[in-house]
This record gives sequence, structure tokens and C-alpha cells, in this order.
Amino acid sequence: MVVACPDAFRMLVKDRRVVFVSATNGKTTTTKLLAAALRAAGPVVTNASGANMPAGLVAALARPPVGVPAGALAVLEADETYLPSLLRQTEKPLLVLGNLTRDQLDRVGEVAMVARRWRTVFAATKGLSAVANADDPHVVWAASVIPDVTWVAVGQRWTADSAVCPSCGSILRRPSAANWACTACGFGRPEVTWSVEEGELVGPGGARYPLDLQLPGAANQANAALAVVAADLLGVAPMVSLPAMRAVASVGGRYQTVSLGGRQVRLLLGKNPAGWGEMFGMLAPAPAPVVIAINARAADGKDPSWLWDVPFERLADRDVIATGDRRHDLAVRLMYADVSHTTMADPWVAGGLPFDAGLPGRPALDAVGTYTAFRELLRRGGGADDGR
Amino acid sequence: MAADSRLRLVSIYPVLLGTYGDGGNLRVLAMRAKARGLPVEAIELDAGEPVPDGADLYVLGGGEDDAQVAAARALRADGGLGRAAAKGAVVFGVCAGYQLLGSVFPGSDGVPEPGVDLLDVTTDRLPKRAVGELLAVPSTPGLEQPLTGYENHAGATHLGPHAQPMARVEVGVGNGTGDAGGAFEGAVQEHILGTYLHGPGLARNPELADLLLSWAVGSPLLPWAQADIDALRAERLATVRGRR
Repeated sequence: MVVACPDAFRMLVKDRRVVFVSATNGKTTTTKLLAAALRAAGPVVTNASGANMPAGLVAALARPPVGVPAGALAVLEADETYLPSLLRQTEKPLLVLGNLTRDQLDRVGEVAMVARRWRTVFAATKGLSAVANADDPHVVWAASVIPDVTWVAVGQRWTADSAVCPSCGSILRRPSAANWACTACGFGRPEVTWSVEEGELVGPGGARYPLDLQLPGAANQANAALAVVAADLLGVAPMVSLPAMRAVASVGGRYQTVSLGGRQVRLLLGKNPAGWGEMFGMLAPAPAPVVIAINARAADGKDPSWLWDVPFERLADRDVIATGDRRHDLAVRLMYADVSHTTMADPWVAGGLPFDAGLPGRPALDAVGTYTAFRELLRRGGGADDGR
Repeated sequence: MAADSRLRLVSIYPVLLGTYGDGGNLRVLAMRAKARGLPVEAIELDAGEPVPDGADLYVLGGGEDDAQVAAARALRADGGLGRAAAKGAVVFGVCAGYQLLGSVFPGSDGVPEPGVDLLDVTTDRLPKRAVGELLAVPSTPGLEQPLTGYENHAGATHLGPHAQPMARVEVGVGNGTGDAGGAFEGAVQEHILGTYLHGPGLARNPELADLLLSWAVGSPLLPWAQADIDALRAERLATVRGRR
């Protein structure tokens, strides 16, 4: 039990090097990959299970694992809304900034507001340095007030939240998928030092490093790229950091296969439209069925309207099971997408599912959940959280 | 809608006015029309693209402050939406898209920004942002079922003499303005309709979707009951009323 003390975080980060990782999507994974890389050089304390609000950070720092000394380097995942208050209590941290897209609009607020808050506190904080995604206009707008930024082009497939210039509000032009600029005020993509190109990270001088990971998908290559660059700045070269990252197979239970209702089920986290955009490529190929669990509790965002920003039409040749507290919202979305679906309060009771995926001798069944739905599946399936 | 042509649906700048999932309203309208045997042409306009003035039904969704201002300016400069409305087209706006159909709304940093002035409403700021489930009892002819959705806005919308409220709020804030009898939600003026209902509003309220379509085609639509929608409405109404 950590005793609540208003100054606890400030005291725990005093006299140590701190790295904050923040983004809408990928912050838990990037944190885990970066911590794995940096452990190659020395002990690291981190909040690995996605406990990314101040209480979670205090708990991680106050109770480091056995053998990790007080004052060890801290790699901390920070919720994007709490990053400003954490920065005010930390001396000269390194920031790793991934992307800002719509998520939990009831709690987090609109993307432009988050970017504006970041920019204000970044400008007011002395001694900051950052590794930041040059392909996300909101991240660039926020981070460009930091004097020392290493820009990395990790890609940004989801562009629907940066239709207007964060600087002046004019409509933003994208002459190509890899570039963006405001024709009205001149704000645009900065010169990058590192970039992800077809599964490889290209560094200064043209050195190329294959982003071979166990974690699937282009989004995880982007997460790894940010982690490689941050590790490099902290003295761990890509030749050392990449093999350490390759050992990571699961992040907070994501991609883990568990047993549910007598079936082997692979767990995936799908919590917002940008994240779902990467999901279709990770699912077992059609016609494999998929279970989708939708909750709208506080940690999910209480408005599941975002389901309509996900192109569920892409599931047209599969059977989909709609479950979770808000299964009826999903069922209506799937109905209008012409996707064959069944609505079930609990698909994991015996004889529940109308297909054999996940049964002995069959490939694992994919189940995608929002944050709390995913956590519930992980708990019921007895899956391993990362711990620290 | 001409007898020999398709029902033409236009989504106005979804890249600017699509933050809250309202892009679903176009899908809902298109599928409900097709289910009644109506041939449909649905288009989504890119930001700033000219607005064709010959379509039957236009939809606008919710968006962020700067995007709302950019959309309003592009629409004012273009003029196509106003010409379409003058010809009798149906216009359906949600949240930011509702506010900009009026004469003025709070733009970036709260500076008043002119709207396209098709609906007799003005919007200023609520003292506290309205975020949560919204349930309202309709007062508009053609609507009988409770209206359910999710609101997330900071606008207080005042109706002028030419606009009528769409509904009376049972749970939530809605327009944030009203009379001694309580708060109103939405506004209707001939075939222009604005609301704060996300969800999207037409997915959660099929009767409202069909009312808009019936205005566009000039006649009532045949029933098209769907168990999934009935189940969603039953769950939402029970949950929202149950926790009042």
C-alpha cells in the first residue's frame, strides 16, 4: 500500500534519469520495448502493466523489483492527460511521443485540446528533450517548442484527427502519404533523423536495422522504432537494443493465447478507431471467426460511437460474435455493415459458440476487446499480466 | 426527389465534422433507403470541396473547434448548401454541425463565428461541458419514440422564433436552454433539423432517420423493423432511465 502523499512522485523521481512515454496508442508497448532494451545496460524501473496514471507510477517507483537499486533509470508510461502534471514534478526528463488520435472523448477530450495542453507545458518546462513522431501533426505541434527533439518518421496511417493545421486551423494538405504541410502558415513536417521504411529503421548515415519483432503489425514496428531511437540516445545502440526487443512476445496480455470455455483464444486490444485500423491485418485470415467484446466503462470511454469510425465492413466474410456490456451497439454497427453476427451475453459457456475455432486441433480463436473487456478476458483466461 | 432519379445523400466534410462517429449517419440513411427499394447515391465531400446543390439530403456531424470553424468558413464561401436548402433539400446537423447551421457559434478560443444561417438558432457557451447520455421526448410531428444518444459539447443553443425544439430533455442537457417546463433538445425549421445526439443519432433512433428520408422522398416509408436496433434501444432506455 502506497501512502498518499502529494509530493510522493516528486520525491521518487528526484536524483534519477526519467523517461516518459506517452501517446494515444502504443505507449504500453513502447514502454515495455524500451525498458527491455535499456535493461541490457543496467537496472530499470518501469510501470509495465499499463498502470499509467499518477498512482500507478508512484506504486512502480516506490516498490522496485528485487535487485533494482533506488535511483535506477525510470521508464514510465504516462497517460496523455496526466503527462503535464508529471512533467511539472520531474527534472529534465526525456519524452518519447508517439501519436495523438481520438480516444475516450468523454474523458480525454478532443485531440487538439490535448496537443495544446502538451505544448503549453512543454514550453514552460526547462531542460526537456524528446524523441517524437514527425508524421503526426499534433505531436509535432506540441513537441516543436522543445529545443532538443530527435524526429522519427514512424508513419501515421490514421489522419482523420489532423484534418486542420494545429497551428492556424487552416485545412491541412497531404501531398503524399509521408508528408503534410499547411499552405496557409507554413507549419509542416520537420526534418527527420530516423525513419521507418518497409519494415526497417533507417538511421543517420543510412544505416538500416530490420525491425524483426515477435509482436505483430506495422504499429508495433513504429513503437519499436521510437524505442530504438530513445535507447540510442541513452547509450544503448540498435545492435544491442533490437535483439532485446525481439524477446518481447506479449505486452500486458496482448497477443497472449489463453484458455476460455475450453477453447484456445488469442487476446487482442482494440480500443479506438486508429488502433482498430491496425487490427484487421493482425487477425487470423478470413473466414476465421472473431469475438469482439465492447464495454463503455470509464477506462473505455463511455461513448462507443467510435465503432462507426471502424471499417467493420472488412469483416464481411467472417462470423462475428458481439459481446460485452455494449454488444447491442456493436450488433447494430455490424448489421449496417452487412456482417454476419451473433449477439451473446457470454460466449464462453459450454456450447455457446456456433463454430469450432479454438477447439482442440483447431487454430486459436481471436478475441478483440476494449480496455476493460480485454482485461476481463485476460483475467478469466488466467493470462499473465506483465507485472514489473 | 425526382421520380426517375436516385435519392442523393451528401455528407459534408466528414474529415472535419466526423470526430464523434457521426459518419455513421450517412451509412444508416443509405441502407434504410435501399431497404425500401430506393436507389441511393451517397457521397462524402472532402474538406473544402464544392457542395453540389442538387442533392436531396445533407448530413453534417460533430467536430473539433478549429475544424468546425474551417467547415463553416468553407460552407459560407461555397454557398452550395444554402442554395440546396432554398430548393427544399433536407439538412441534418449534429453537434458542431448543428451549431454551424445557425447564425453564430463559439469558434476557436470562444470568439463568435458566423454560421451558414439556415436554422434560426444561435449558440454560445455552456458554463460546464455537457458530457453523457441524452434522453429526450420528441415534440416534432412524425416522431413518437424517445430519442436516445450521447452528448459531448459546450454549446448552449438558443432557438429563435422560426425554429421549434425537436424534443424535451428527460436525461441530460441538450440545447442547454429552455422554458420553465424544462430543457429542450434540438431544433427543427421546415426540413432543416439540428441535434446534439451522437451514438450516432440515426443508428440509435431509426424513426428520426426515416423521418428525414420521408422528407427527402416526399412520402412516408414502409416499416423496416430490425431486432438488433430494438435490442439496443431497449437496453439504452432501461439503463439510462434506471440510473436516473
